[in-house]
Parts: sequence; structure tokens; C-alpha cells
Amino acid sequence: MTTMALGSWPGGFAWAFSRDFRLAWRNPGETVLVVAFFVLVASLFPLGVGADMRLLERIGPGVIWVCALLAAFLSLPAMFSSDYMDGSLEQMALSSHPMVGWVSGKIAAHWIMTGLPLTVLSPLLALQYGLEPDTLLVLAAALAIGTPVLSLLGAACSALTLGARGGGMLLALLALPLFVPILIFGAGAAQAQASGLSPSPHLSLLAAGLIVAAMGLPAAVCLAIRIALD
Amino acid sequence: MNWSYFSSPSTFYRLAGWLSPWFFALAAILTAVGLYYGFVVAPTDAQQGEVYRVIFIHVPAAWMSMFIYFVMAAYSAASLTFNTRLGAMMARALAPTGALFTFVALWTGAFWGRPTWGTYWAWDARMTSELVLLFLYFGFIALANAFEDPRRGDRAAALLALIGLVNLPIIYFSVHWWNTLHQGSTVKLTGTSMHVAMLTGMLLMAFAFWMYSIGAALTRVRSIILERERRARWARSL
Repeated sequence: MTTMALGSWPGGFAWAFSRDFRLAWRNPGETVLVVAFFVLVASLFPLGVGADMRLLERIGPGVIWVCALLAAFLSLPAMFSSDYMDGSLEQMALSSHPMVGWVSGKIAAHWIMTGLPLTVLSPLLALQYGLEPDTLLVLAAALAIGTPVLSLLGAACSALTLGARGGGMLLALLALPLFVPILIFGAGAAQAQASGLSPSPHLSLLAAGLIVAAMGLPAAVCLAIRIALD
Repeated sequence: MNWSYFSSPSTFYRLAGWLSPWFFALAAILTAVGLYYGFVVAPTDAQQGEVYRVIFIHVPAAWMSMFIYFVMAAYSAASLTFNTRLGAMMARALAPTGALFTFVALWTGAFWGRPTWGTYWAWDARMTSELVLLFLYFGFIALANAFEDPRRGDRAAALLALIGLVNLPIIYFSVHWWNTLHQGSTVKLTGTSMHVAMLTGMLLMAFAFWMYSIGAALTRVRSIILERERRARWARSL
């Protein structure tokens, strides 16, 4: 408890992460819903565009990425809003831990709840689209690197729209344009692999994006929360 | 001269009211001269014929769409760091003009693309990033107006503008590597491959749009100030 009372970055991170993780673990409906949405939408595409295996193989990586984007986006409104509504966000802001710590913890928990299940499930969906095994691995790797960036960017947008009118649609308008580069590099990695090129430039760019986002965005999220609590 | 004197909404209200007609007048004169250059003086393009004349609207509008976003983000940064009200009001006042120019650039581009490329729309890098820019403007406007408390909207939208500013070059380069059909820049700082009359017309139109943007933003900021300060004594006594 002594370290908790002093307040530290790791302390805040661990506290917020375990809290959000436990909350989601005891009430798994939301996580299951996100995953179900992901699988459902990805399974609707072949029904819409036809079951031509060559076409599906070509559009597969892009479709799976767009579905992951939408699924990650679906869970964003819940990230801070319930804590904001019942006042616990304000209590966290008053705690002795630096804000960046517990905000990062919450973002990490969000990724574990949405990004990670999507990444783990993506090879299964990729099989539905008839992707080659190596393409499938690259797709999963790109999702593993790219979805944390979605969580980080989404956290900033989610914190900005706290207490706003027309929450969900507004959040879509803010978040989806910012997701564009991740979508391009993420889907590009798998497409490069499928067409016989090296996926590593795309993966490196995604990793660079992750580093920049992890350095800069938690601070922006903190500022957005401070604006909301003012 | 003490510049902070004008950062008070009541004094800036009067200054903006005095300045905006001048900027509109300048815009009108520059547009007249620029369009004269564009339609009469500038020669017909050897490859594209008369269609190319859309650049006198298209290119300045595209320039302004990006420049206004930059200015808007600068005002947002100033309003967040110094906690000024006027900076946020200026950012709000600029956003609709920026969105308008983004839309004009996309629209005129589509009409140029039809006879030249044979299609209204192509998923080209510049067009796509311009479209994303339009969404960023819409997001800014929507977020600024989404709160009961206007100051809350000011500050949230200011932060969004800054996040968007960091993201814009990344979006641009990502779509650039993804797909490129649009011709490269003709006008570079090191010189240009363009006919002088064409360049003059284009620059005149760019300045005209610039002056129009200032005039429009100043007019709009006056309504925003009045709306915010409607209970203040100076505003009531107007």
C-alpha cells in the first residue's frame, strides 16, 4: 500500500489495468459482443460480393481490417463514459498516481479486451477468405501491432466526446478519419505478402506509428480528460 | 503597440467590424483581376485545352483548405496554452470556410477529372487525403458544437485540431504510398514549369481566396462574440 499511497506511473498503470480487466472479466458480455460483431460482419461480406474465391482472397485482408476497425470503434464509447457518469473518473484524477499512468492502464486493458481477441481470431476469418498461411500470419502480426494504435487514438477521441451530445455518431466522425493510415499500412502488409513482396516496410511503419502513438497520445488523453472534468 | 489589447472580445468585435469590409473589397478586386487573367490573358493549354482553366479555382481552393487548417490549429494551440477565449473563437470561425474550400477543391477536381482522366473520382492520394481533411473539418465543427458549455466545446475542438494536425502529414504520406495518379506539383519553391500568365492568375486567385477567408472569418467571429457576450453590458448597449 505504501507505493500506492506515494503514487507512481507503474502503480497507477497496474491499478487501472487490473481494475478494468477485472470489470470486463466479470461482465464478459461486451467483449463477446465485440468479437461476435467482428465475425458477423466479416462473414457478411462474401454473401454480399459473391463466393468467388479469387476475389475473396484479394479483398480478404482489407475486409478483415475494416471489420477490426469497426469492432474496435464499437467498444470506444464505453472506455471512459461510465466512469465519467458515476464520478469515478474524477476520483481517479484526484488520486496520487500521475494521470498518464492510469490512463495508459485503461488503454492497455481496452486493447486486451478488444484488439487482442480480434488478432487471435483473425486467422480463422482469414481462412474463410482463403488466404495463404504466410499471408495469414502477416495479417495477424499487422493486427497485433496496429490494433493498439486504434485503442490509443480511440481513447483520445472517446475522452474528447465525454458528455457530448450525439456521442456515438460524433465519435465515429472523429475517430474513423484518424484510423486511415493504420488501415492502409495494416491491410497493405498482408496484400504485399500475398502479391509476393516483403511485408516488412508496412510492418515497420505500423510499429513506428505504435511508438509515436504510445509516446504522444496518453498525454493528449489526459488533457482531454482534464478538459472534460473542468 | 500592445497586441493583447485586441485579445479582448469587445475590442476585437469593433476591430473585426472595421476590417472585414476591406478584406472583402480586396478579395473582390483580386478575384476580378485573377479571373481576367485566368479566362482572357492565360493561353489555352497545349494538352488539356480549355478544361485546364479550372485550376484558377481548384488549386487556390486546395491551397487554402490546407492553409486554413494550419491557421486553425495555430489558433487552437494558442487558445489552449494561453487559455484565451478569442483564439478558440477564431478557430471556430475559420472551420466552416476551410470546409467550404475543401469541398470546392474536391468538387472542381471532379469536374476537371471527368474530361481529363475520364472519371469523376479516383482513389488517388491527394484526393483521398483531401477527403479525409474534409472529415477532419466536419469533426472539428461537430465537436465544437456538441457541448452545452461553449468553452468546453472550444477546448475539446482545439485539442482535436492539434491531434489532426499531427495526423495530416501521416495521412497524406500513407495514401501517397498507397496510390498515386494525381499529377505532381507544378509550382515549386525552386521554380515552375508554368506559363507566366497562368501562374499570375493562379496566385491572384489564391490571394483573393485568402482575403475572402480573412473577411469571412472576421464576420463570423463577430457573430460568435455577440452570441457569447450577449449578456455583457457592452454587447447589450450596441
